[in-house]
Amino acid sequence: MSDKSPIIEIRNVSKRFGKVTAVDDVSLDIEPGEFFVLLGPSGCGKTTLLRMIAGFELPTEGQILIDGQDMAHVPPNRRPVNMVFQSYAVFPHMSVADNVAYGLKIAGVGRGEREERVREALELVKLGGFEARMPDQMSGGQRQRVALARSLVMRPKVLLLDEPLSALDAKLRAQMQFELADLQDQVGITFVTVTHDQDEALSMANRIGVMHKGDLAQLATPADLYEYPANRFVADFVGSVNIFEGTLSVDEPDRAAVDCPGVGKIFLNHGVTGPHGADVWVALRPEKIYLHVPGQGKAVTAAAQDAPDGHNFARGQITGMSYLGDITLYDIKLDGGETIRVSRPNLSRHDQDDFTWDDRVSMHWRADSPVVLLS
Amino acid sequence: MALFNRTPRAPLEYTRTLWMRLWITSVLMFLYAPLLVLMIFSFNDSRRNVVWRGFTTKYYEKALNNDTLVEALINSLTIAALATVASLVLGAMAAIMLWRFRFRFKGVVDGTISLPIIVPEICLGVAMLIFFARINWPNDLIYPFNLGAITIAHITFCFPFVTMVVRSRLASFNKEEEEAAKDLGASNWQAFRDVLLPHMRPALVAGALLAFTLSLDDFVITFFTSGPDTITFPVKVYSMVRFSVTPEVNAASTLLIILTVVLTAIALRLQGAKNISVSH
Repeated sequence: MSDKSPIIEIRNVSKRFGKVTAVDDVSLDIEPGEFFVLLGPSGCGKTTLLRMIAGFELPTEGQILIDGQDMAHVPPNRRPVNMVFQSYAVFPHMSVADNVAYGLKIAGVGRGEREERVREALELVKLGGFEARMPDQMSGGQRQRVALARSLVMRPKVLLLDEPLSALDAKLRAQMQFELADLQDQVGITFVTVTHDQDEALSMANRIGVMHKGDLAQLATPADLYEYPANRFVADFVGSVNIFEGTLSVDEPDRAAVDCPGVGKIFLNHGVTGPHGADVWVALRPEKIYLHVPGQGKAVTAAAQDAPDGHNFARGQITGMSYLGDITLYDIKLDGGETIRVSRPNLSRHDQDDFTWDDRVSMHWRADSPVVLLS
Repeated sequence: MALFNRTPRAPLEYTRTLWMRLWITSVLMFLYAPLLVLMIFSFNDSRRNVVWRGFTTKYYEKALNNDTLVEALINSLTIAALATVASLVLGAMAAIMLWRFRFRFKGVVDGTISLPIIVPEICLGVAMLIFFARINWPNDLIYPFNLGAITIAHITFCFPFVTMVVRSRLASFNKEEEEAAKDLGASNWQAFRDVLLPHMRPALVAGALLAFTLSLDDFVITFFTSGPDTITFPVKVYSMVRFSVTPEVNAASTLLIILTVVLTAIALRLQGAKNISVSH
């Protein structure tokens, strides 16, 4: 096999449980060596898709190929993939070393090589010296490392991880995000991870597949997913966003404008491929909006620099704020009637004192910030 | 005296209150006084066994030299051993079936399996008597085959208990562990042997213990299925008591008690050594 061909090919795969469609006609290629994340809310079918790759569920329709081989008749114990389960599923009656050695033992690897590989795998997950421990003497994070080592020791072509970080506390989760990415770099194995946590997905993935109600809503790199969401679901699920309904009033190759009742005219410095006069949605991230003290003309000037006069500029009143340390969130009732959320980095210590409840503010955003969504 | 010591009692130190101690003492008395009396009077040097006439061990000698009594004991132990093994296999398989699979009439099957626990023993005994007579079960076989009918009857009421115990243990099994084993290359059988069986072990030990003791001291059902050559220990003791309650009966019963206590202790010990890990 050449390095160019995908390691996993998912072709028109559907999975139905009785009348419920968990996965609906999904096609997807995963490249060798990539850190791929399936992201979606619970019940979107991401775990079912992962379990179909592992072989614990069979597709109702469609085909799954791993390394070019059709997996239709290959049971889980013969697939070149290994899985780290959400509950870790560490065998409670076996020591750490026995847990990690289990797959090698089944495969008939000799004692000498087995011990060597177990030691290597445990070093890799920073559990050297824990060989004799029993799982009930370990923390959740350590048990997860055992599960990781137990899979990695098999040298699989693909490592599947089901919500790997969901059971860890926030600090440990952040640390493990980096460690997992590092580990993947080190071993060069393709990782396919399922998660409902967008931070996790954005920080670890090379590419993300967002799933929604059994469908693949978007397939993109983390940056593209965040900056160019394909639809309202993705825009809303990944990060936080303001979404306004409007009609496309201008649509030319180098500029477009959407009339949003309650906000005003939103101007874009690029074209949109949509029918003129169509109902569309505009997504605007809270951090891409600049707040100004009204009456100084700064907002008007800034807006005018890259948008026609009066566009991408609004005034309103602060109706809510929440100080989060690194940023402060403001909910602002616009004069047009809509409510918009703005986040503002606290660059210096007293930035959060600039605005408070009931203050009048003006704001602007750049012409390349809004995203027009057709669905 | 510790019973009336003056240090203040903490809220959860229930065992330090007088009424709780009295309660515990009376419960223990209620449970064990009859057994204790039985054991003490097995050493009574009197044929009538009502008044204490001095210490002797001659009734133990007599009991152990009573060939029919010893034969009955051997019969009982053989039946109990066979019934335990069969109940364990059947019961564990039934438990796994009910736990793992979904099928039509599962509720019905579930109900009928536990029926032998509910049905009065006397009914089961009569049913067994009629059943074995109706199919002309041969009653002139040599040992141990002559115990077939009783063993089958014992399996009938023992295995539902095994099913019950094993099933409740299976409920705490994390199915991802079995999937993990298969994911690592194990076949169905290897995953069962290496992951599910170790999880079931405490329940299997407990179930075996339950089946063994139930079989060993069963009287009613055995009484209906035993022939003249297949007397079990409880049935033999009953027939001895019908003539007179001699210290010999006490001695035989004491031996049985000691036997069951020792077996239980061994089983619990075996279980304790292997059952350090708990599922989570």
